[in-house]
Amino acid sequence: MALSSLSYAQAAARALELAMLGNERIVALGEDIGRGGIFGQYNGLLERFGPQRVIDTPISESTILGAAVGMALAGVVPVAEMRVVDFALCAMDEIVNQAAKNRYMFGGQGRVPLVARMPIGHWSSSAAQHSQSLEAWFAHMPGLVVVCPGTAQDNFSLLTAALACGDPVIYMEHKELWAATGEIDETLVVPLGKSATLRAGTDLTIVSWSKMAQVALEAASDLSGQGVSAEVIDLRTLWPWDRDAVLDSAARTGRLLVVHEAIQAAGFGAEVAATAAEQLGCRVARLGAPRIPVGYAPVLEAASRISPAMIADAARALLAGKPARAPK
Amino acid sequence: MTPLNDLYRTMARIRAFENAAEIASQGGVQVFGQKGTGQALVRGPLHLSTGQEAVAAGVCAHLVPTDLLTSTHRGHGHTLAKGADVGRMMCELFGRAAGTNGGKGGSMHIADFSVGMLGANGVVAAGLPIAVGAAQALKLQRRDAVVACFFGDGAINRGPFLESLNWAKVYGLPVLFVCEDNRWSATTRTDAMTAGEGAAARARSVGMIAEQVDGNDVLAVHECAGRLLQAVRAGEGPRLLHAITYRFKGHVSVDPASYRNPDEVARALKDDPLLVARERFASLGGIASELDAIDREAKAEIDAAVALAGAAPWPDPAAAFTDIQTTGAGQWR
Repeated sequence: MALSSLSYAQAAARALELAMLGNERIVALGEDIGRGGIFGQYNGLLERFGPQRVIDTPISESTILGAAVGMALAGVVPVAEMRVVDFALCAMDEIVNQAAKNRYMFGGQGRVPLVARMPIGHWSSSAAQHSQSLEAWFAHMPGLVVVCPGTAQDNFSLLTAALACGDPVIYMEHKELWAATGEIDETLVVPLGKSATLRAGTDLTIVSWSKMAQVALEAASDLSGQGVSAEVIDLRTLWPWDRDAVLDSAARTGRLLVVHEAIQAAGFGAEVAATAAEQLGCRVARLGAPRIPVGYAPVLEAASRISPAMIADAARALLAGKPARAPK
Repeated sequence: MTPLNDLYRTMARIRAFENAAEIASQGGVQVFGQKGTGQALVRGPLHLSTGQEAVAAGVCAHLVPTDLLTSTHRGHGHTLAKGADVGRMMCELFGRAAGTNGGKGGSMHIADFSVGMLGANGVVAAGLPIAVGAAQALKLQRRDAVVACFFGDGAINRGPFLESLNWAKVYGLPVLFVCEDNRWSATTRTDAMTAGEGAAARARSVGMIAEQVDGNDVLAVHECAGRLLQAVRAGEGPRLLHAITYRFKGHVSVDPASYRNPDEVARALKDDPLLVARERFASLGGIASELDAIDREAKAEIDAAVALAGAAPWPDPAAAFTDIQTTGAGQWR
């Protein structure tokens, strides 16, 4: 099999290129995507497919998403670029009231196959309106699929799956992963809703997603030096989420720690932890950001970041039976 | 040119449909000081377009089933005029399984994709971006069809109105925007809340050709919409039709609309589009009894729809869990 070394951004562009070659109904629309997108995740696509299918748009988030809904209802499969999730908030009606609900409220007469890309996460010193991780907002909404790829391979395989699934997909790439490079197997299928076990372990289960899964992996490596065996699961898709894999793992280890970059309060980690507690009665803990806006100065931004050491501390506290302490 | 009696028939059917729905909705929702009885056949908010029928009839007479249409929360007239079956429409208002949406949407989300009606919408101005996207899809697929996008005067104060007009003009899309201006934004006078000269002026500010018309004169609406749609079909880009009409009823069917000046309402009732059409019909040498017969036929058709809907079964409760999403279906908690 042919492997190629691609960045997370290039992997997405390659997945979209292949999907557009295979399905002429797929188009992409968004601000600046003709120039490759501000992160290069559309590089080469305008040259390949022309402005009819790679559509530069005005700065009109409501209409980028709303037009995508109209296109989908009329037989097109659009990829709607929101630039960053913070800007998708300008299109919440179109996402939540239209894309997510049209199929149901029209009694199944129409479907809304679309992929709404809205990168999440810290992006050094981008401050309060360009750094958020809002995946929990969308996981809450019936009708939506929520995907958070954490590696270049997953960005290739999950974008491919999202474009084929026929549902509205909230596709959340991480802004600090664009340059992350990996060997891409273009034949590798990753089904939506399937997690990846990044590391096997016996003492506790750490569940995470997106960039934080890689941070959790670092923490697990540090923990192993201290004799703690942590299993690390990258959820990859938040809705539907792979509860079988999480519950199987937590049932074996007896302890579950959920870690995410998003704010801890009312985050998706609460859903995972509560499910494990209800189903297994196992000990659970959460670790996420404090409920503060992301600050600009590095010392302020740091207050919202989760480090490997913080994850290791939370893991040890969970093993010791102490309440895990969220950062102040 | 659609004969006036055909335009009148569409208006009479809309009027009969909404009159019947209005009666069936009393006690259907607790709002405006009215009590909900829990017994109404049409439940929840019911937004009537009574008095505005000439706009739906005059525009939709030019549309064919392959053309697409987006509507508003006040969308019964557009749906009927686009060709939806009134029996299935009434079943939807009654929440029955045989409704156009299987009872999942009701009045505010009524849709019939089989005739190109892509849905009423519970959110003001939400149909505009959907309409331009549908038009972009038609253009991409080289389909010989257009989109009619209905919205109210209140919608022109929401951002998606500006975004969508600009978008349609930038891409030269086949859309006829129709501002059905009934003078009221829910319970507030629109002119008190709107700066400038309104929908047509705003369209012209993005370089779009726009025309204003007496929305109570179905022949005038029909003539103007025909001219604008001819340009849209010829690939000349979007157009906007600003049709001035009046909402006879309150914001919802149980709203007595006592906030309005009674003289204003009395004047509007004299300018009823069905009466205007009758006068035009007479002046063209038509015989009133022809229109009387249309009224009777419309009443009988809607009576049958009400009887059908009243006897129709409810949806299977399991339908609450279908048509949501395929990926992850079954994982509802």
